[in-house]
Amino acid sequence: MATILEKSGFNPDKKLKIVGTSPVKHDGIDKVTGRAKFGADLYLPGMLVGKILRSPHPHARIKSIDISAAEKLPGVKAVVTRADFPEIKAGTPDGDMTRNAMAREKALYDGHPVAAVAATSESIAKAALKLIKVDYEILPHVIDPVEAMKPTAPILHEHVRTKGVKGADQPTNVIERLDLAMGDADAGFKEADVIVEHEYDTKPMHQGYIEPQGCVATCTEDGQIELWCCTQAPWVFRDRLSNILKIEAAKIRVQQSEMGGGFGGKTGFYGEPVAIQLARKAKRPVKIALTRNEVFRATGPVSGTKSRIKIGAKKDGTITAAEAELAFQTGAFTGSMFINAPQAMFTRYNLKNVKTVSYEVVSNRPKVNSFRAPCVPQVVFGVEGVIDELARKIGMDPIDFRLKNAATEGYKTIYGETFGPIGFVETLKAAKACDHYTSPVPPGQGRGVAAGFWFNRGGETTGTLNIAIDGSVTLILGTSDVAGSRISISMMAAEELGIPVDKVRAIMADTHSLGFNRVTAGSRTTFSTGMVIVDSARKAIAELCKRAAGLWGVPDDAVTFEDGYCKPAGANVGTFEPLSIAQIAAKTMATHGAIAGHSEMNVTGAGPGFGLHIVDVEVDQETGRADIKRYTVVEDAGKAIHPLQVEGQYQGGAVQGIGWALNEEYYYGEDGRLQNPSFLDYRMPVASDVPMIGTEIVEVPNPRHPYGLRGVGEVPVVPTMAAIANAIGQCIGVRPSSLPMSPPKLLKLIEEARAKRG
Amino acid sequence: MTDLRYEAPATLQAAVALLAGATGPARVLAGGTDVIVQMETDLIEPALLVDIKKIPEVRQITAENGGFRIGAAVPGMEIMSHAALNKAWPGVIDGVKLIGSIQVRGRASIGGNLCNGSPAADSVPALIAAGAIARIIGPNGTREAPVEAIPVGPGKTSLQKGEIIASFFLPARPANSGDAYQRFTPRTEMDIAVVGVGVNLMLDAGGTCTAARVALGAVAPTVLLVKEAADALIGSRLDEAALDKLAQAASAACRPIDDKRGTKEYRIKVAGVLAKRTAQQALERARTK
Amino acid sequence: MSKKYHVTTTINGDDTEFLCEAQQTLLDVLRDELMLSGTKEGCATGDCGACTVTVDGTMVCSCLVLAVEVEGTKVETIEGMAKGDTLHPLQQKFLELNGLQCGICTPGILIAAKALLERNPDPTETEIRYWLAGNLCRCTGYDKIVRSVQAAAKEMRGA
Repeated sequence: MATILEKSGFNPDKKLKIVGTSPVKHDGIDKVTGRAKFGADLYLPGMLVGKILRSPHPHARIKSIDISAAEKLPGVKAVVTRADFPEIKAGTPDGDMTRNAMAREKALYDGHPVAAVAATSESIAKAALKLIKVDYEILPHVIDPVEAMKPTAPILHEHVRTKGVKGADQPTNVIERLDLAMGDADAGFKEADVIVEHEYDTKPMHQGYIEPQGCVATCTEDGQIELWCCTQAPWVFRDRLSNILKIEAAKIRVQQSEMGGGFGGKTGFYGEPVAIQLARKAKRPVKIALTRNEVFRATGPVSGTKSRIKIGAKKDGTITAAEAELAFQTGAFTGSMFINAPQAMFTRYNLKNVKTVSYEVVSNRPKVNSFRAPCVPQVVFGVEGVIDELARKIGMDPIDFRLKNAATEGYKTIYGETFGPIGFVETLKAAKACDHYTSPVPPGQGRGVAAGFWFNRGGETTGTLNIAIDGSVTLILGTSDVAGSRISISMMAAEELGIPVDKVRAIMADTHSLGFNRVTAGSRTTFSTGMVIVDSARKAIAELCKRAAGLWGVPDDAVTFEDGYCKPAGANVGTFEPLSIAQIAAKTMATHGAIAGHSEMNVTGAGPGFGLHIVDVEVDQETGRADIKRYTVVEDAGKAIHPLQVEGQYQGGAVQGIGWALNEEYYYGEDGRLQNPSFLDYRMPVASDVPMIGTEIVEVPNPRHPYGLRGVGEVPVVPTMAAIANAIGQCIGVRPSSLPMSPPKLLKLIEEARAKRG
Repeated sequence: MTDLRYEAPATLQAAVALLAGATGPARVLAGGTDVIVQMETDLIEPALLVDIKKIPEVRQITAENGGFRIGAAVPGMEIMSHAALNKAWPGVIDGVKLIGSIQVRGRASIGGNLCNGSPAADSVPALIAAGAIARIIGPNGTREAPVEAIPVGPGKTSLQKGEIIASFFLPARPANSGDAYQRFTPRTEMDIAVVGVGVNLMLDAGGTCTAARVALGAVAPTVLLVKEAADALIGSRLDEAALDKLAQAASAACRPIDDKRGTKEYRIKVAGVLAKRTAQQALERARTK
Repeated sequence: MSKKYHVTTTINGDDTEFLCEAQQTLLDVLRDELMLSGTKEGCATGDCGACTVTVDGTMVCSCLVLAVEVEGTKVETIEGMAKGDTLHPLQQKFLELNGLQCGICTPGILIAAKALLERNPDPTETEIRYWLAGNLCRCTGYDKIVRSVQAAAKEMRGA
């Protein structure tokens, strides 16, 4: 299988007609009229309302479940429990997955599903839940990951032995210890003139997508399942559902709906397996739409962390060594992707000597999920603080210090990849020259900068391009469109074919219509699906040329394609009027068949992304409240296919980071229950909390992609909290080391600093 | 809750009769922005909802004796757009402006805000500082009570079964006086107050404070009317020393809790800071009247 | 069967009637009885604005209005914002200026912005932000939403 276009055809001098403009996205009209159908927007005849009964205890053995009274309630058509889910061994990936969907031996967090009903109305379903009797044996619980690491902590899974630790033979909550290093950090520190070391902690938070998960499942009499759901991973959902429900994959058809935000949180399923089992039992379609309370309590939040970070540098600014010790909480089951942290946290600097130790720890909270750049922003919060402090101690401008240490093409990373052309230096230079950075800091405010990196991914991708008899084009796309990649991909198809983008329409396919597509993650969608559709377009173009050759009676290789027309390759071929796509389709489709291109690739060649954020903050010194006064995101997009979309990614990531930085956190009570499962007390930024977000798109193309693009979705949230913390540090005299930097915490720091000054 | 009964009587007497005669839990439905949320989150399970929005007296703002009678179920947006109220009682308007969002204020009322019994209710401190009087209709007739007599604890009021607040009376704005309400929240909007302060004060012709009322919200089981804080201002020209005394008195009066919205320690500190800022704003308004 | 109420109302100019339980909200009924799914549930507790509609011209969260309460009123939802094939200038500007990404908050924001411009045809950036404070967006960071509203306001003023 191809992994990349052999000849990407990337040409920096090529005059592009469509790529680089910002047409109205084709899926926009349905979204501004309310027509677009999201996860909870499907209605089927006979559809039942599904509701889930959830454990109120953070840790409990489930001794028995009595559903008899619930089943008898008029209007109830099915009740399911663990008895309705196939037995799968605990401690395996499928075993974890089925247990997260429906508890088996134990309830492991407040909100863990233990049973579910399908009924003819919501009020009947809710009444039925109240009739289910669950006999719990309440167990001691542990929430905090540092507490969970202690040998005396209540153990969640008897089978867990710490991976990566020799001789680990006792049950523990520490899933894994990961050592990742390069060079000789100890020697490197000896060469340093200045060393800065701090400890940091970040609270768990949530992606906060506005659309709660919603799905509708149907099952036919012969066992065909259709699942409509909002998802970042239709094929992954299908295959995992196939595994845990023991249904053949081809009998499950997952149709992705429009998705109201995912950011990584919709890469795993929650209500979907439950809806399917209810539908199979009730023999009617079942809709499960989670409430916001359920979303906070029982979908995958974002890892909280504890870290110790140490970096040393010479007085000329060269970093000589970096070290980190990190702990990530993963909730009730493993799967935090914490490996990203040691791989990415220092990667952008030209470091030779790095030593990291990372731990993943379970505790009685829902299993975490990604939030753009999983596990990395939390530790960059610390790294970029240490970098900043080193710069100040040495007396260098913070951007100059980063420039001095910037990685460039040819740098070999700690995870083994050698960088091709990258744009970190260009991004730093653009930041240094931009209006924000060159304007004086307004009186009473503080300015901070921070840098970020993301690998950007490729991965398994499929797609099809079909040409209709009038020359208009349809695309079948698989990788979920979280924010608008559809239009960018349509633009690349139009550019390849030399036709207006309005002649191209894309659909988001179901799992029957295409082969496997990997999850929408890693900022891979526009890059990978673009690659696959360009490949498909080129295959279609080859077929068009063959048809033209047939019409002209010349050899296939005597025909070329340019700007939407098949033309003779040279004057010696003969004089033939160029034929448009529409003409060739009209003349040959009925006799010679469809003209299409199709592609499966395990895409490689994604180019890393880099960003530098600049923020001005004002802190009310009597209350500790921080206000963001000005924000600029400078980031390398390789090539901005659709500049307004790229700006949107930068701005959205920045504001998510503002919330993460200032106010967003999970509060747990002594009883292990989540205290703020609502948008009232889970405080995401509102429109009046933030200013306009300035953006500078840097373009250092990735030549392995036909249009030079790099993924942009994840980098914007990586340096945000660090930049804000650095700015707050300038305002109050001490740089916070704990997220979120809520007013009470800042007021405490302000008072401590004041007391120190005497 | 599948047999929840909804009634929308046209008169106060009918509403009182429904509530007094209710056999199961009954709630008054005005704007619904607390009641409906509490039903949705299973905090309450009423058997009867009495929608009072069809009763004319609770939906009007009328002039009375130079002051204002505000129906208990008038939506916040209407109160906010009332020109004369804005001029006379800007502090009360400050409070109403901070309840929820524009959408919430399209429905939410000061009657509901008070009777929901949250110590952090945004309209309550300024109403208390203004000396607002509640008119209550019940099975035993009509009575009046100062607003500060209504809340008795979180979620609890002194209203008896069958009693409804029909309206609030705000007196005419005396000369040389001004009021203000400020609150502390981590975000600019959409948060429940961590601390709320309402100040209403009067100056003599020379600029000395002759009367004051200071009410604190979100720092005790009910909104507090703090005499010591008022005393700190009375007789002063609201100089730095008086404001410091005010801040200390405000902090000292707090009996807050630690919760997801704020710690005890933080609330006590910020109460003092806000008391100063709110008093200064009330002072500016008093000077321009 | 549970006790149901018969409600007659006008939705987007169309006479409409439905049956509902007393505790069903206007949001529940719009979506689940009338299948007008353009109005979205983000939280059902009045904290996100995704369910914003107008009732008798007042912008409200439909999750904070019981369906029985709209008897005899005029309800306007996102489905009524365009007139035939003609989009409202707000809808048009949101498309042109990329004021939406995933689109889930968009119906609520459009209804709210329309209500603002009907009261205040020339709002400042601050006025727009405070008016929309009850409408959460997680994708855009609000920047292009505010710009889209400003552009629509300009066009509607004929400026």
